[in-house]
Amino acid sequence: MSTLEIRDLKVAVEDKEILRGVNLTVKAGETHAIMGPNGSGKSTLAYAIAGHPKYTITGGEVLLDGVDLLELSVDERARAGLFLAMQYPVEVPGVSVSNFLRSAVTSVRGEAPKLREFAKDLKSGMDALAIDAAFAQRNLNEGFSGGEKKRHEILQLELLKPKIAVLDETDSGLDVDALRVVSEGINRFRASGETGVLLITHYTRILRYVKPDFVHVFAAGRVVEEGGPELADKLEAEGYEQYTKASA
Amino acid sequence: MGLNEKPLSTLHEKASYDLADFEVPTGREEAWRFTPLSRLKGLHNGQAAASGQVVTQVYTPEGVRAEWVGRDDERIGKAYVPADRVSAQAYNGFEKALVVTVPKEAVPGDAITVEIKGNGGEGAAYGHIVVVVEPMAQATVVVQHEGSAVYADNVEFVVGDGATLKVVSLQDWADDAVHVSHHHAQLAKDATFRSFVVTLGGDLVRLSPSVSYTGPGGDADLSGVYFVDAGQHLEHRLLVDHSQPNCKSNVDYRGALQGEDAHAVWIGDVIIRVAAEGTDTYELNRNLILTDGARADSVPNLEILTGEVAGAGHASTSGRLDDEHIFYLQARGIPFDEARRLVIRGFLGQLIEKIQVEELRERVMNAVEAELAR
Ligand SMILES: Nc1ncnc2c1ncn2[C@@H]1O[C@H](COP(=O)(O)OP(=O)(O)OP(=O)(O)O)[C@@H](O)[C@H]1O
Ligand SMILES: [Mg+2]
Repeated sequence: MSTLEIRDLKVAVEDKEILRGVNLTVKAGETHAIMGPNGSGKSTLAYAIAGHPKYTITGGEVLLDGVDLLELSVDERARAGLFLAMQYPVEVPGVSVSNFLRSAVTSVRGEAPKLREFAKDLKSGMDALAIDAAFAQRNLNEGFSGGEKKRHEILQLELLKPKIAVLDETDSGLDVDALRVVSEGINRFRASGETGVLLITHYTRILRYVKPDFVHVFAAGRVVEEGGPELADKLEAEGYEQYTKASA
Repeated sequence: MGLNEKPLSTLHEKASYDLADFEVPTGREEAWRFTPLSRLKGLHNGQAAASGQVVTQVYTPEGVRAEWVGRDDERIGKAYVPADRVSAQAYNGFEKALVVTVPKEAVPGDAITVEIKGNGGEGAAYGHIVVVVEPMAQATVVVQHEGSAVYADNVEFVVGDGATLKVVSLQDWADDAVHVSHHHAQLAKDATFRSFVVTLGGDLVRLSPSVSYTGPGGDADLSGVYFVDAGQHLEHRLLVDHSQPNCKSNVDYRGALQGEDAHAVWIGDVIIRVAAEGTDTYELNRNLILTDGARADSVPNLEILTGEVAGAGHASTSGRLDDEHIFYLQARGIPFDEARRLVIRGFLGQLIEKIQVEELRERVMNAVEAELAR
C-alpha cells in the first residue's frame, strides 16, 4: 500500500518563500482535499512535489513509499508513481495526443504496450470521458478548451495508473456535465482502493461527487486546519476569512 | 525621381553569366557577410581546382525525358542568370548539364529523382540542372545530395502555364562536404511551385532558392527544415521577386541548432515591384536553439514598391526549448532526452506534414529522426 509523506516542506520561488512548512500524509485508499484562498500556495505544493524547475526546495522531505522524491528527476518521480493533473495544462505544438500518450505509457510501464491493446485502452478511456476520437490526432492541449484540457488530464491519469494523484483544480472551468464525467474518472481511479488522491479545489461542488476522507485548509503557505468532509461545508458557508486573518 | 516613379529594388540587382562581373567576395558584402569564406575551399576566389567529381544519377518515370547536354544547349540559363560569384563560377565550370523535361499536360505517376553523390577526392565539382515542366503538366522532383564533395551548382525550374512542380531537395552530405547552390524557379501564368528543402549534413551548405514570375496567378510555397550540429554552417538565402500582378508566395523555414559553433543563416528577401499589384506574400523563419554555442542569424527583408498588395508580412523567431513543454512531458514519465526529441520532432514535423507524397514525407521524417538520434 502506497503512502505519500510530505514533511515540513518549504519552497521558494525566486527567493520568495511560498511554502512555510507543509505536513501532509496521503495513504492509498484515501482522498484528501486541500482548500484555500488564491495565492495561498496550493499549486506551489503540487508543482514542487512534481519537481517543476521554477520551485526551489528550501527544506523538508517528500517521500513516496519511503523514497525521497526530491532526489529524483521529474520523469523519475512520475515513473515512481506520482501524477500531477495541472491547473493549466501546457499546450505542446507538433506533438499529437496519441503519440504523447503512447510515449508516456511506454515510459511509465517500462515497455511499449501492444499497439492494439493500447488503441483499445485509449478508445475506451476517451469514450468514458466523452472525448471525441478526433482528439487523438490533435496536438497536445493545443486549442483545447479549458474543460477539454481537464478531461485529458484525467484520461492520462487513467492510462498511467499512478499510485498517488495530485489534482490541481481539475474541477475549475468545468460545466456540470463535464464535472460529472471527470469526477467519474477520478472515482474509477480511486475504486481499486490502492491509490491515493490529493485534490486541490476551491469549491465543494466536486466534493459531492468525489467524497474526501480529509479536508485541509491551506493559508499563507501552510496547512492551518484539518478535518473531515464537514469542514468543506463550513468553508463554503464561512469562507477563508478567519484563516487569512489569522495567518497574516 | 518623378512623382510616379518608385525606387528600384536594392536587393539582388546584379546578375551576369560572366564571372569577371563579380568581384571576389571579401566577406564584407551584404551577400557574403555571414558565410565563412575560408571554408568555401576556394569556390569563391577561383582557387578551387575543377578536378572534383560528383556522380549524378537520374531516375525518370515514363513520359519524362532526361538528357545530358553540352554547354551550348539553348535551354541552359534561360530562366536564371547567376546572381553571385560562386553561382557564376559554377555556371562557367560545368561540362554537361542535365535537362529534364515533363511534356505538356503530362502527369507522371512517380517522382523524378536526381541523386548527386560525392566520392571525396580533391578539387571542386560544378553542375547544372534544368527542369522544364511544360504547360498544364504536373510533376514531383526529388534532388538528393550525399557523400563528400566540394560542389557548386545552379538548378533551374521552369514551370509553364498552369503547370505544377513540387520539389524536395535533401542535403544529407557527409560532415566535410561544401555545397553552394542556387535553385531558381520561374513561374509562368497560373503556375504552382512547391519547394521543400531539407538540409542536415555538410560542413558548409549555402543554398539560395529564388522565385520569379513571368505571368500573373503564380503561386510559390517555399518550405525548409534544417538541423545544425556542432561546427556546421547551414545557410539558406531566399528571394522571391514579385514582378507580376496577383501572384502568391509563402516562405516557411524552421531549424534546430545544437552544439558549439552550430551556425544557421536564413535570409528571406521578398521584392514586390511596381507592377506586382495584388501580391500576397508571407515569410517566416523559426529557430530552436538547443544549446549554448549555437547561433542563428535570421534576416527577413520585405521591399514593397507598389501600394496595392493583398497581403505582405514576415516574422522571425529564435528561441530555446520551452521548459514548460519539457516539464509537462517529463511529468508524465517521459525521460528528458525523449521529451526533448518529441518536442523538436514536433516543431519540425509540423512543417514536414506539408509534404503531400507520403513516401517522401516519411523519408524526410526518417532523415530528421536519424539526425535527432545522433
Ligand atoms: N515566479 C514567481 N515569482 C514570484 N511569486 C510567485 C511566482 N510564482 C508564484 N508566485 C506566488 O506564489 C504564491 C502562491 O501561488 P500558487 O499558484 O501556489 O497559489 P494557489 O494557492 O495555487 O492559488 P490559486 O487558487 O489562485 O490557484 C502567489 O502569491 C504567487 O503570486
Ligand atoms: Mg493554483
